[in-house]
Amino acid sequence: MDTRRGALAVPKVRRVGFFTPTEPPPESSQRPNRSQSGPVEATTSSSPLSDSPSGNLISPVLIPPSRHHSDNLTSHAAAPVPVPGPAAFRRYLAHDRSLHIGSYNAPDSLLGTSPPSSNGEFSEDSVSLFGFQRSDSTKLSASFPNGGFDLTLAVRAPQEPETKIATASASEGKKKIAEVSGKSESVTTKPQKEKEPKSLKDKTTKAERRAIQEAQRAAKGEGKRHADESGKANPGMAAKKPQPKKERPPVTSSVSEKTAVAVEKEKRMDVPQTQMQYDDKSRVDKAKRRAVVEQTEIKNKVELFLHLPQYERGNQLPNLSSSFFTLDTIHHAVYKVGLQHLAGDISGDNARCIAMLQAFQEAIKDYTTPPMKDLTMDLTTKINGYVSFLIECRPLSMSMGNAIRFLKNQIRKLPVNLSEPEAKASLCSDIGRFIDEKIILADKVIVQHAVTKIRDGEVLLTYGFSCVVEMILLYAHEIGKKFRIVIVDARPNLEGQKLLRRLVTRGLDCTYTHINAISYIMREATRVFLGASSIFSNGTLYSKVGTACVAMVANAFSVPVIVCCEAYKFHERVLLDSICSNELGDPDAVANIPSFITKAKQSKMMDNNKNLQFLNLMYDSTPSEYISMIVSDYGMIPPTSIPVIVREYRRENLLL
Amino acid sequence: MPDVQSMVAEFVNKLRKRKIEGSQATAKCTVELLRSVISHQRVPHANQAAALIDAVKAVGQQLVAANPVELAVGNVVRRVLHIIREEDLSLTTAAMAGLDLLDASDDDDIDNCKGIGYPAMSAAVVAAAARSTLRPPSLQTLLEGTPESATVPYTSSSGADSESKSKSADKSSLTRKLKHDVIEGVNQLIQEISGCHEQIAEQAIEHIHQNEVILTLGSSRTVLEFLCAAKEKKRSFRVFVAEGAPRYQGHLLAKELVARGLQTTVITDSAVFAMISRVNMVIIGAHAVMANGGVIGPVGVNMAALAAKKHAVPFVVLAGSHKLCPLYPHNPEVLLNELRSPSELLDFGEFSDCLDFGAGSGSLQVVNPTFDYVPPNLVSLFITDTGGHNPSYMYRLIADYYSADDLVM
Repeated sequence: MDTRRGALAVPKVRRVGFFTPTEPPPESSQRPNRSQSGPVEATTSSSPLSDSPSGNLISPVLIPPSRHHSDNLTSHAAAPVPVPGPAAFRRYLAHDRSLHIGSYNAPDSLLGTSPPSSNGEFSEDSVSLFGFQRSDSTKLSASFPNGGFDLTLAVRAPQEPETKIATASASEGKKKIAEVSGKSESVTTKPQKEKEPKSLKDKTTKAERRAIQEAQRAAKGEGKRHADESGKANPGMAAKKPQPKKERPPVTSSVSEKTAVAVEKEKRMDVPQTQMQYDDKSRVDKAKRRAVVEQTEIKNKVELFLHLPQYERGNQLPNLSSSFFTLDTIHHAVYKVGLQHLAGDISGDNARCIAMLQAFQEAIKDYTTPPMKDLTMDLTTKINGYVSFLIECRPLSMSMGNAIRFLKNQIRKLPVNLSEPEAKASLCSDIGRFIDEKIILADKVIVQHAVTKIRDGEVLLTYGFSCVVEMILLYAHEIGKKFRIVIVDARPNLEGQKLLRRLVTRGLDCTYTHINAISYIMREATRVFLGASSIFSNGTLYSKVGTACVAMVANAFSVPVIVCCEAYKFHERVLLDSICSNELGDPDAVANIPSFITKAKQSKMMDNNKNLQFLNLMYDSTPSEYISMIVSDYGMIPPTSIPVIVREYRRENLLL
Repeated sequence: MPDVQSMVAEFVNKLRKRKIEGSQATAKCTVELLRSVISHQRVPHANQAAALIDAVKAVGQQLVAANPVELAVGNVVRRVLHIIREEDLSLTTAAMAGLDLLDASDDDDIDNCKGIGYPAMSAAVVAAAARSTLRPPSLQTLLEGTPESATVPYTSSSGADSESKSKSADKSSLTRKLKHDVIEGVNQLIQEISGCHEQIAEQAIEHIHQNEVILTLGSSRTVLEFLCAAKEKKRSFRVFVAEGAPRYQGHLLAKELVARGLQTTVITDSAVFAMISRVNMVIIGAHAVMANGGVIGPVGVNMAALAAKKHAVPFVVLAGSHKLCPLYPHNPEVLLNELRSPSELLDFGEFSDCLDFGAGSGSLQVVNPTFDYVPPNLVSLFITDTGGHNPSYMYRLIADYYSADDLVM
């Protein structure tokens, strides 16, 4: 919380959101795809001015790597840059790619052009940056952007006064005045870097890319050396850290403009990747070739949802479990979680997310860096592999995406000088902290807040099963509030029965009904408590299918709707309907109905009739006007405040 | 007579035990029962209509009491009463016409000819026309006891004379004639009820366009016929069917639709809101239509109607005329609803292990209502066998089918 407050206090941070004059360049559509890492960097940097056209362009000139390298240097660095320059640049490139790979949406990254090996180099600098600055998140992110460049800069560093470095180390402890000024400057390097990799990626062929990688690898060695030197320069610091400040020299207006553009771009990258669209045949085929899980597509697809994966259920599990001992690319803990997701043994967003994170924890514990490889890079690749496996098992929820993003950030930020066991331990503890703070503690805070909204004699209506809501109800009961609960349930999962069982066992007064009867029962309700899978920055609540119906009817009956959602589930995407982004469940679950209608006929019909489809939507989106209040770990807020929270705390969420 | 009594008792029993499902089936059975009641009713020489009305009312009260939620029973009883009154009236006017006491007689004859010329037109309609020429409705006539006494003094005193004269002249023939006419009218009503699907389905082509996406819920034969009629006319469209959770009638409907070759997708009830944004029209079959234009339909309908309103999707209700109820609803969600067995939601005893009855704390109620009420402002259009109507027009439509005397039975 302290850090958060600190972040707020820095006015510059705020400015970013409001002033973003220059419009993103044309390729914006592509951008989001690679973004994962972007968010961190993007939000922070502060430069308000940004009309520079130059920043926007992705100039073709930049394509040949050696060349831009020089461009870079000339434009930004006052000091002559020593050898490592080009390499550093390339490293940045690699970094960018790795970002792409790293993004939580694995299918995409799988399809991505860059082979995993390419990310190797980028990591140390950025990581180290983060590593020492963690205490001040805003600052840190500001400095972060140039992480990729740092090494080159580091080389120049010697020119800079030692004091600078000292400040940097000081910043580790607490605040850094100098840094603010340093920040904008440092940021400046960024646009160019940003640009170049992109264009490179666009235009280079595979061979070229490979060549670049080689160069990077070579450069890395050099970079390391430099890093070591700088590290020696100020022993207090973990590694080569001086970077943020190096940029000193030419702070021209054009530079700041460029910075703004960079910010802009990063912003765009910030937007999480769009999910893979399954109506794109070629990409789906590619993805399939790499898939671990063999899936057969459903024959009778619902046309409206061709863009979502529609696989047959039930046949993957045996395959997977039989190959349990032969598959060595996937860690067994992850494998287990994947199977549990697939079989539906774990449901509920928090549970899934925690299970996944714990599996990763275990995988990291058992991880050893292969010889000749770099931990950061290799581990990211590994995690990517796990994530794509998990996605094959079941599409990730938004909150899991956020958690994965966090993890990748942590990996990227690992100080280079950490030994492998240390790095692993730090990652594991980071994950543990995420689970504790973002999920478990957050739930406790939410319960404390929400309980104040329950008065004696009320009738609370809830839908399906949400663990936060369950905690709230149980806690309210414990502290002696007298109230009645209406549990509304829906086919096919009937999760409400689980909640009903737990509440009834604890001696609460419950009424149980189906969602169809919602307008009958709503007249009795005085408050509606709903769980969430995610809340988007336009205030749209993305949750278990049926939530929207409940909220709508509550709204029609003028019953306040209170949504309980941990802040780590907030997402900067926007969503208007429930069609574009959703998950399809097993259609057979809808088709199979209790025995009093002859089942035999049903299944026969389904198998051989093209005209009959069953649609099992998993989520729907509730427009924000139906939501009276959102209870999150940041307090009780209206849905309109979601974008603010996302903007202000995103970094903190990622960095913890 | 005893057989009629036992028939009535049997039917009442069925109604009580909810053995008859669907308002159309109920309506049909009720009319048939009433027909046999009428045919078996021995009528006195004087006041035959009153005698018939009393008999029908007596049976009707039993039936309504047996299942007050099935409004179709009450509707049909009122329709039959209306037919009796109208037949009686038209007989009276015919008699008067025969005596040339009224200028209106010519008109009446013409009306009668028309009635014969158009068999589709019920005698009741003719009678209604005759009645309106004879006696404009007034508060006083409403307050009068029997229609006969009402008619006679107000038309003309000579009419009364003539009527009594004619009555005494051919009592037996008149008696038979009234009963015969009434049974004719009731038969027509039966035909109308069983034919309402076709009448409604005929209009389908006007309302469904190519590539339309239609959402429906519940299982209604009217809706089925309606959609199939459009399909037969070579329209191709897609249907989403909400499954209708505790009873799964949506699955039945979907099966039938698929059997007729329609593109059908079954969705869960909870997905109604999610899908409504891609739906062009919601079509449902009503259980009953109230006088204010409100609709009682299968459970879950209100949710769909609200969602449709939110997304500006037309919400169309199909209803045969036997579903028009002349009553205004009060708290219909509760008073005109019926709670079904909880076992449809939870198996018997499923939660008994977690309930601690000794401690007295904690309780579990299971609510499983059958119907849902949609207020008139959510309904875009009614399609009945007489055409399309606004919700606000329902009260007028009802005035055509029922006489004010019967509203309270």
